[in-house]
Amino acid sequence: MKLLVAVKRVIDYNVQIRVKSDQTGVDMDNVKMSMNPPDENAVEEAIKLKDSGVATEVVVVSIGHEKCQDTIRSAMAMGADRGILIKTEDLIEPLAVAKILKAIVEKEQPDMVLLGKQAIDDDSNQTGQMLSALLNWPQGCFISKLGVNDKTITITREIDEGLEHLEIQLPAVVTCDLRLNEPRFASLPNIMKAKKKPLDVIAIENLEIDISPRVKFLKVEEAPVRKGGTMVADVKELIQKLKYEAKVI
Amino acid sequence: MSVLVIAEHNNKSLKSSTLNTVRAALEIDTEVHILVCGFNNDEVVKQTSVIEGIIKVIQINDHSIEHQLAEHLSQVLVQISKNYTHILAPSTTFGKNFMPRAAAILDVSQISDISAVVSADTFVRPIYAGNAIATVQSSDLIKFITVRPTSFEAVESSGGNAMIEKITFNLEEIKTKFVNREEAQSERPELGNARIVISGGRGLESADNFKLLNEIADKLNAAVGASRAAVDAGYIGNECQVGQTGKMVAPELYIAVGISGAIQHLAGMKESKIIVAINKDEDAPIFAIADYGLKADLFVALPEFSKELDLLNNIAK
Ligand SMILES: Cc1cc2nc3c(=O)[nH]c(=O)nc-3n(C[C@H](O)[C@H](O)[C@H](O)COP(=O)(O)OP(=O)(O)OC[C@H]3O[C@@H](n4cnc5c(N)ncnc54)[C@H](O)[C@@H]3O)c2cc1C
Repeated sequence: MKLLVAVKRVIDYNVQIRVKSDQTGVDMDNVKMSMNPPDENAVEEAIKLKDSGVATEVVVVSIGHEKCQDTIRSAMAMGADRGILIKTEDLIEPLAVAKILKAIVEKEQPDMVLLGKQAIDDDSNQTGQMLSALLNWPQGCFISKLGVNDKTITITREIDEGLEHLEIQLPAVVTCDLRLNEPRFASLPNIMKAKKKPLDVIAIENLEIDISPRVKFLKVEEAPVRKGGTMVADVKELIQKLKYEAKVI
Repeated sequence: MSVLVIAEHNNKSLKSSTLNTVRAALEIDTEVHILVCGFNNDEVVKQTSVIEGIIKVIQINDHSIEHQLAEHLSQVLVQISKNYTHILAPSTTFGKNFMPRAAAILDVSQISDISAVVSADTFVRPIYAGNAIATVQSSDLIKFITVRPTSFEAVESSGGNAMIEKITFNLEEIKTKFVNREEAQSERPELGNARIVISGGRGLESADNFKLLNEIADKLNAAVGASRAAVDAGYIGNECQVGQTGKMVAPELYIAVGISGAIQHLAGMKESKIIVAINKDEDAPIFAIADYGLKADLFVALPEFSKELDLLNNIAK
């Protein structure tokens, strides 16, 4: 079984972001970048399937800046076999990302595509669903458990009410929650090995896919900062404040 | 121009997120219809038809779409959406699942999780865990939008009188089979729209210790929430997780107990009206945004909190 994993390079989740003063976006200069956290879970799951002999090859794809090679390399250091970078300087919307991934799927013919459930930068939560729609494949979204059989997978998805269990025919697209697994740390020897693994860089223009944006960012503003107020001395005072000052209980 | 809202329900009753989504729809246009897909869903249709401001309810009652799987709902939407300029669903795990699928089939970019309507093509949405606020304009002919329920006040669930139209569809067979759902049962209010939420974090140290929170929740008629760390540790179910990758809540009172206040957690609760934090570490970031902070050991403070509540003559619920 062949697996394709899509990964995105985003501002590290520990960074407190800054909005640019001209309101055109978020400042990315000299900011620590990392692999989108749930994408790491997708990579980990694919590698686990390879370790257990279920998968034979794990291919990692990313779309974006030249620097996304770092993200692909870190997936390869975790154990992925091969990487593909679709190079572009533009901001690519989830719909266009899905179209590009569809083209990669048609070329690579994986049995399953794994993605993170959302990117922590734009928080769109769309790409996996869109990809599976364009491929006319079934989807398993927000999964915290994955079982792989011969021609099907069984998944547990996290939903607002609890959990949902589905059985899905392959080929399929799944999007991963952080609870799916514990991503491994790459060892130094594996980081070195990853430098020699094959990584194809393809210019986006060569794919001839319509990636023109449909959604224009008119402005990006700093979110209003909430100011903390009083510290209370004890529980008694807290209850008094809630009852007679805030009047919420 | 008319707007279609996809109702969120479990075939028995309508979820409140639908009422918030209708508010957003009415800010776009006055002609608002609601689609109720499912099976044996007459009761939901009845509830939907009396929602304030709705003109028409479209009912699809079909055994094959009982579980409202994304592969089915997207087929329905693709066919029905040509009559509408905007398709809206709540940005809950329900809406997030099928809306992008339908949008992609129609070659439309979805606008996720809007928090305000500026005009028929321009919307506001939080990005970066709510640390930045984007104003975006869509050039697609049909707009697919998911709506952050806590950002829009619910419309009245009664007083309306919409016409009901029943339609049928020939749906293609799908490759996904529903197995079952494990729904957490609770007598308490729904986390997403409770007036008071009390949440526990890693500081609670065990599933058993959540009973300290439950006791207070029962006295306040509050919902119980949690940080991702508490869910990851198995103290409580995933349906209770508040934050960037969990639920958004904006109650009148949010009480964070043993929660440090990571930005991913704040993303889900910082719109609450009053925030209380109980934490033994005075440098915990949660205090920076709390209206009332109490530096204390929660194992001492919670039982005391519960006792003090008993001493009040009356508690507003
Ligand atoms: C991509 C991504 C998405 C995420 N999404 C979410 C999300 O949706 N929701 C979420 O919550 N987190 C999310 N997280 C995790 C988040 O970054 C934090 O790790 C998490 O919120 C920490 O949970 P916590 O505050 O319970 O635990 P900790 O950070 O460990 O804090 C525990 C707190 O309890 C206090 N404490 C301990 N014992 C006591 C005691 N006896 N009395 C009083 N106080 C005590 C400590 O002082 C500490 O402040 C996400 C992370 C990533 C990377």
